[in-house]
Amino acid sequence: MKKYLPYIVTLAALIAFNQSVSAQCKGFAKKLCKLELTGYIHDGNYHAAILTEGEEAELYKTFYSGQNYRLAVCGSETLPPIEFQVVDAYKNVLYDNNQHNDSGTWDFKLESSQQLKIVVKVPVSAQKTEFPNSGCVAIMFGFQDK
Amino acid sequence: MLNDSCRSGKKGQDGKEVGLEDFLSEEDIFDDIDKAKKIFYSLPSPLETAMLIKSAGATYNETVLNDLANVEKYSTNKSKALNLGIYTTDLSFACLFDQAQTSLKYMDATRRLATEMGINDAIDEETMKRLEQNLNKREIVMDIISETFLNSSSYLKENDQQEVAAIVLVGGWIEGLYIGSQMVGPNPVQGNKLVDRIAEQKLSFSIVERMLQDNKQNQLGEENRDIVELINELHSVKTAFEKIEVQTSAVKVDASDTSAVTVLKSQTKITVTPEAFAELQAAVKSLRNNFVQ
Repeated sequence: MKKYLPYIVTLAALIAFNQSVSAQCKGFAKKLCKLELTGYIHDGNYHAAILTEGEEAELYKTFYSGQNYRLAVCGSETLPPIEFQVVDAYKNVLYDNNQHNDSGTWDFKLESSQQLKIVVKVPVSAQKTEFPNSGCVAIMFGFQDK
Repeated sequence: MLNDSCRSGKKGQDGKEVGLEDFLSEEDIFDDIDKAKKIFYSLPSPLETAMLIKSAGATYNETVLNDLANVEKYSTNKSKALNLGIYTTDLSFACLFDQAQTSLKYMDATRRLATEMGINDAIDEETMKRLEQNLNKREIVMDIISETFLNSSSYLKENDQQEVAAIVLVGGWIEGLYIGSQMVGPNPVQGNKLVDRIAEQKLSFSIVERMLQDNKQNQLGEENRDIVELINELHSVKTAFEKIEVQTSAVKVDASDTSAVTVLKSQTKITVTPEAFAELQAAVKSLRNNFVQ
């Protein structure tokens, strides 16, 4: 039993670390990113994950006509400003936050309902570090009550 | 592992024929690891679903909601998850029509199911108190619903229960389809805004399918029976949606609009016959009644 002890301790530490990181991500989405939706009602969905510099994520969602939407993409302090694009089914880029001062939010409405893709990227930091930084990235949607 | 151009077997991105030199080296495989993407599928939440039905012209009818007495019946993980979604959509629907007392009762039912599923923090005493104190303030009630749903979904996703979170979402989405299609009743299909809104859900159905397929197996490759069962149960709805056509044009950003809200211009062509809609109505009703039993 003794010889397995270091492995058990390492495993327990890893599980505890993962849970702690997850809890931080949940707290980040709820307490910080949600604030970006002020003036809109958060839809209640949770899309957040730990991403590392250079990593990408994609989100697929149908947006409906007649609704005013706000998209918020947030990254934790350890990460450089998160890049995101909104792309339609024809691969047209409808919004690129690089062209809008790295804005973390975008307000939009649609004339007709569409399935869109949100492509999120954590850029590689200009400052070289021994290990790439990781942190929580959350994608949240709000709409307005009419 | 082959890149996309090799997989197509014909031409590379530059249009030239793909030869052996286009195969990847073993080192290139590590490039793919870096590019491995996290994929999210987002369905309309119960709150958004209720909002979509209301904005399409639905009126309030309490008889279409899932009976509160049914909460006693749900004993399996799958039925609890489905009905957590269903009751949350009912709660959202009642809230949007300013039905204060009904909202309170449905919040209590969702709280009970969430607790039985081990999500103790989703709706605590303080939340219930805040709800009671603000029952007549719709914006605050909507915020409470949004927060409780966020608590449930984040708890499930961060405790390796993504498949349960997916079932909750499907339950809520089907309830929205059910309420909407019941509201249409025998009214004409052509030119009916609510019918169009329901038909447009075909776009979300493809997301439902992908989300369930993604959750069919856990990280160890074990099949999740509840998800497989749910995919099979959704088959009649899939067949009905196949008889409805929803075509969308490319989107253009309206650059002339200088307001803070960007307008995305496009067209959607919806073709739905009375027969096709009746089939969808019947399939949704049967599935939803099976869920709440």
